[in-house]
Amino acid sequence: MDLHEYQAAELFARYGIPVNRGIVARTPEEASAAAEQLGGRVVVKAQVHAGGRGKAGGIRLADDPVQAEAVARQILGMEIRGRIVRKVLVAPAVAFEREYYLGAVLDRDSRRIVVMASSAGGVDIEEVARERPTAIVREHADPFLGFLDFQARRLAFRLGIEPDLVRGFATIARQLYRAFVDNDASLAEINPLVLTQDRSWLALDTKVVLDDNGLFRHPDLAELRDPEEEDPLEREARLAGISFVRLNGTVGCIVNGAGLSMATMDAIKLYGGEPANFLDIGGGASAQRVAAALRIVVADPNVRAILVNIFGGITRGDVVAQGILEAMRQVEVRVPMVIRLVGTRQEEGRRLLEEAGFTVVDTMEEAAQRAVALAQGQ
Amino acid sequence: MAILVDESTRLLVQGITGKEGSFHTGQMIEYGTRVVAGVTPGAGGRVVHGVPVFDTVTDAVAATQPNVSFIAVPAPFAPDAILEGADAGIPLIVCITEGIPVLEMLRVYHAVRQRGVRLIGPNCPGLISPGKAKVGIMPGFIHTPGPVGIVSRSGTLTYEVVWALTRAGIGQSSAVGIGGDPIIGTSFVDVLELFEHDPETRAIVLIGEIGGADEEAAAAYIREQVTKPVVGFIAGRTAPPGRRMGHAGAIISGGRGTAAEKIAALEAAGVHVAERPAEIADLMREILANT
Repeated sequence: MDLHEYQAAELFARYGIPVNRGIVARTPEEASAAAEQLGGRVVVKAQVHAGGRGKAGGIRLADDPVQAEAVARQILGMEIRGRIVRKVLVAPAVAFEREYYLGAVLDRDSRRIVVMASSAGGVDIEEVARERPTAIVREHADPFLGFLDFQARRLAFRLGIEPDLVRGFATIARQLYRAFVDNDASLAEINPLVLTQDRSWLALDTKVVLDDNGLFRHPDLAELRDPEEEDPLEREARLAGISFVRLNGTVGCIVNGAGLSMATMDAIKLYGGEPANFLDIGGGASAQRVAAALRIVVADPNVRAILVNIFGGITRGDVVAQGILEAMRQVEVRVPMVIRLVGTRQEEGRRLLEEAGFTVVDTMEEAAQRAVALAQGQ
Repeated sequence: MAILVDESTRLLVQGITGKEGSFHTGQMIEYGTRVVAGVTPGAGGRVVHGVPVFDTVTDAVAATQPNVSFIAVPAPFAPDAILEGADAGIPLIVCITEGIPVLEMLRVYHAVRQRGVRLIGPNCPGLISPGKAKVGIMPGFIHTPGPVGIVSRSGTLTYEVVWALTRAGIGQSSAVGIGGDPIIGTSFVDVLELFEHDPETRAIVLIGEIGGADEEAAAAYIREQVTKPVVGFIAGRTAPPGRRMGHAGAIISGGRGTAAEKIAALEAAGVHVAERPAEIADLMREILANT
């Protein structure tokens, strides 16, 4: 789950990290009032779950409240990587001498948390990693002891930070690590962390991504989820406990299991179609879950055909079939459906579905081919 | 032979009185797995499917000497259950639980390694040595004994491949689901090593998916250490970057972990990578005919 910049800043502030506190505005008028309250030059920043805000024109400076209102009017409603900007953060514009990058992330390869820092702050760190890999320094935290003080100092010294500034930098790095661990984050980032003209450290931009699997033990953080940032269908799926990712194609997919769902999407593409979604109903295939999945898939106006691919496993084929039929009674489906069903007592399941007038096929390949043809009007 | 589980497996089920634990205990017994004990704190003295239940793993170990533990405990309690099994000295722990916080798994991963315990999972279907023992939630009937070892990050996709092999008359030595989480106890490389040294396994199927670099590590290992033929499949060629595809570990992040990278790495290591799951059976039939 992504946090907004202002939410991440509030979280970091609780850990004593000096952040550039601002005011959230939802209208140009609110932005003007915020600038008035802050006084002086401000920066108006789009609060949206998308990267590349700066390049897209979603971050602008304003000299006074009148200008702040004008730039907020431009930013609010703007689309950045497919997301509409609905809020801006108005914060004091800060003059600084240098900018750094500081971040904590899970390193899957070493199975450790890695704290990274760079003197190339203020730009996309992935770009730095590609183009100037030596500009990034890293320390891997010990899984039991954590990220230690000497490691934080080592980062600072390796970046050439002057001795009188090392303590401050190291403290921020350790607090960032602590915030990461305490809150089950999968990413915690300050970019840039700046050295201001009075030689103090300030986090100018902050980013936090949380581990969805950790949210059950952080109900306060779970409440920070911004429903406006979620695709409405993805939201409905999440609430129904279904893994769903909306895509741009025309073949709707309902599958059990994540790997099989991906393989089904790939098969659709292989046979010349485009999947409309990833959808994993999970292990069992109860009528309730199939119905919830159907509702989500038929709500996508791009869907021209639906492919149901269920590998029943321990769930009996006839039970799955009854579930599908029950779901069909609850949800009106106007597009053709192809069903592929495997499991114990699959013949009985298929007979039930065929008697109800459905196209039931034997293999996943055949199902994908048929669904693609139907989606293309053949 | 097979790997990891067979006729000598003495299974403990942690969480045996729960809905999942109880159901799958029955299924595993039905398949022929010897389930010697169960553990649910506070349910000691009960009997589930004829299996005695203990309050602690230590008690279960003292009374019944299990050598494998199967954990079907909800996510908030699963890390503790894994550590309890490891602390009691059970050498192989299989955890099917989905939804464990990744930072919790990170500590558990290192803790079990330190104790010399092998953990399979979490968020996996478990493993099976057809005709010998099933320690997992997969449907037993789709498997048949034979020469092909299978290792996979997926559940139902593995069933799909196993079913295709079985229908093509190709049996399996063992099928191991290593799990779909970002941090898992046993990697592709660990299982490849076991299959390479298992005399019964003549060829290997590796089923990967987007996210992480475990497939790339497997490719490097195959090139250096594996003499047996390997057929691969990578799910998620059409997955968009930055989106989690069901499994917590199935995400292309920072441009890394794409299917294309993994397929290229495996092919460079001499692995036959199938485009469709059904093609795996065709490739395997050819390979077995020629070796």
